Amino acid sequence: MLNSDSSTNVRPRWAMIVDLNACTGCSACVVACRAENNIPITGPDEAAYNGTIQWMRIERNWKGRDRDFRVENRPVNCQQCDDAPCEPVCPVLATYTNAEGVSVQVYNRCVGTRYCGLNCPYQARFFNWFDYAWPSPLDVQLNPDVSIRTRGIMEKCSFCIQRINAAERQAEREKRPLQADEIQPACAQSCPAQALIFGDIHQPGGRFSQAWKDPGLETLLPEVGTRPKVRYARRVATPRSVLAAAPETPVAEVEA
Amino acid sequence: MSAVISPAPHVSGVKTAADALLQPMRYTSRAYRRMTLLLLMVIGWAMFCFIYQAMVGLGVTGLRRPVFWGFFITDFVFWIGISHAGTLISAILRLTNATWRYPVTRAAEAITVFALMIGGLFPMVHLGRPWFFYWLAPYPTERMIWPNFRSPLEWDFFAISTYLTASTLYLYLPMLPDLALARDRSRGWRHRLYRFLSMSWQGTQVQWRRLELAIQLMAAVVIGIAVSVHTIVSWDFAMSVVPSWHSTIFGPYFVAGAIFSGIAALIVIMAILRRVYHLEAYLQPKHFSNLGKLLLTMTLLWGYFVTAEMITTWYGNLPDEMGTFWSKVSGHYAWLFWTMVLCNFIIPFPLLAIRKLRTIGGTVIASCTILVGMWLERFIIVVPGAASQRLSFNRWYGYYPHWTEISISLATLCAMTLLYMLFTKVFPIISIWELGATKHSAPAAVEE
Repeated sequence: MLNSDSSTNVRPRWAMIVDLNACTGCSACVVACRAENNIPITGPDEAAYNGTIQWMRIERNWKGRDRDFRVENRPVNCQQCDDAPCEPVCPVLATYTNAEGVSVQVYNRCVGTRYCGLNCPYQARFFNWFDYAWPSPLDVQLNPDVSIRTRGIMEKCSFCIQRINAAERQAEREKRPLQADEIQPACAQSCPAQALIFGDIHQPGGRFSQAWKDPGLETLLPEVGTRPKVRYARRVATPRSVLAAAPETPVAEVEA
Repeated sequence: MSAVISPAPHVSGVKTAADALLQPMRYTSRAYRRMTLLLLMVIGWAMFCFIYQAMVGLGVTGLRRPVFWGFFITDFVFWIGISHAGTLISAILRLTNATWRYPVTRAAEAITVFALMIGGLFPMVHLGRPWFFYWLAPYPTERMIWPNFRSPLEWDFFAISTYLTASTLYLYLPMLPDLALARDRSRGWRHRLYRFLSMSWQGTQVQWRRLELAIQLMAAVVIGIAVSVHTIVSWDFAMSVVPSWHSTIFGPYFVAGAIFSGIAALIVIMAILRRVYHLEAYLQPKHFSNLGKLLLTMTLLWGYFVTAEMITTWYGNLPDEMGTFWSKVSGHYAWLFWTMVLCNFIIPFPLLAIRKLRTIGGTVIASCTILVGMWLERFIIVVPGAASQRLSFNRWYGYYPHWTEISISLATLCAMTLLYMLFTKVFPIISIWELGATKHSAPAAVEE
């Protein structure tokens, strides 16, 4: 019903491809995410003591040595695992994968055992150690579509579920299928290099669902068996657009 | 003073032993009152810390990502471990019919109940929103929301509540004849209390037979529960995907560690009871020596488990697990790790293995170091594992406990002491009937 192809009744399954060739590490996604999702700024003392909250972060990895030395900027958010280790361990079912494949956190249900945070191999979950404040005029920019979290609960990236829901409701009201590019999470929307590509795996014949099947895409920590819905296009010598058709000849890698 | 346990025996045939064993219930010294006040003050301070922490947020602790668990979970595992003192040891001694057990069992069973009460609080203390702790309980609501039965924390809830129920019963059942004795010797509120608790115990043949059967049954049941409880506690870690936690050895390793620290706690408490209540005639060097032998076995078993855990990790050399490994062996947590080895093996082993050193003093010193070492062991499992994340970006060795965590942890010791002190004032801490000291004693045929 909400799918672009109304003949099939398949719900969308949201996913993201991160193009590491395009990412410059500018951190626009980090800032956009903070603004969109009312993520508190915990201050310099907390930052020095690992007390920051950032649903989207840029991991800077140093690869190679001497003249081959280079930096890889890797945006990491919740990897939206199909087999999410964070979900079964919650004693109060405060986190679960919804019908569209998004691993969601139910703030009102969370009691703060923090077990999910430990069991997330990506450390994509963040705990509200305090009640954080938005001193004026920062409070004016709060997003009314996203609830502010209280102390003592977990939070994490939700693929901007408020945007997904709003777009789906809009499409439903207008009695039309959801358009392919209608939904953009804040990070993808703000990425100047278009390194973050968001889409629906289930969209038949769509550019995103085709690109998603590219065997060259890799996941973070595949050995944990989490089957993430965020895939990375690793850096190669002759980069191409992630959404372009698969090339005839394999591309050489810069460095393993 | 309406509640009195009469010093003069008005039941014929009562030996002086019963009087000696009821003495702690009759007389309260000034030192006892001062101690109680002091302990209450510390516990009150810890309660303030807990409320402060709940009101301000868990940020007042030293915990931060990725070390989401620290002192509180360490305390939790430690106290649940101590609870294995009692029940398991007393049940095993009872089933194997070790007759030297008589003066030891009740002291041990009481440890279990109190340690569980304290340990069982920590899953609530460490919650981000402790005022919603009851959401972990499966209770019917109009919204049809149930807890998640797939979560090891939920298993904890059932395991600990089962264990607390069973061990309370197991403490209570063998106390029935002694409660009847106290009933017959008391007036006022004490008399009413003991009359209620002793459930019309008259010491008839039928009652003895039923009691003996019930105790035997509970002893068997309680062993199974105790083993499963600490296995489930270990599964909080083993069921996760955290490198160095996700290990099949954790079940037996935790159970062995629990019995180890449990025996140590029992020895320390027995030594204190012996000294404070002048029970030298009942808690004899042979009891300490026998428990020392048990402790020696557990020391060796613990050494074996640690070696097995460490050497397989080292040989396998998997990068994710080696982060934790090196942080323990030579890195940030090395001083704690090696202190643990010192406290759990190097110091207690000679003290317990050499017969001449296995005296009351020797076993008590060994037990004290083991208690410190076992607390460190729990810490060494919880924190370095959480700190050494797979993605090097997330590793963080900066965790230090803050004052709320330290205060609450110290207060658990005070709570244990206080509960134990109060218990000795209301209930006979040494089983009177099992020592054959009263007319309420079991008939010889049942005793064997």
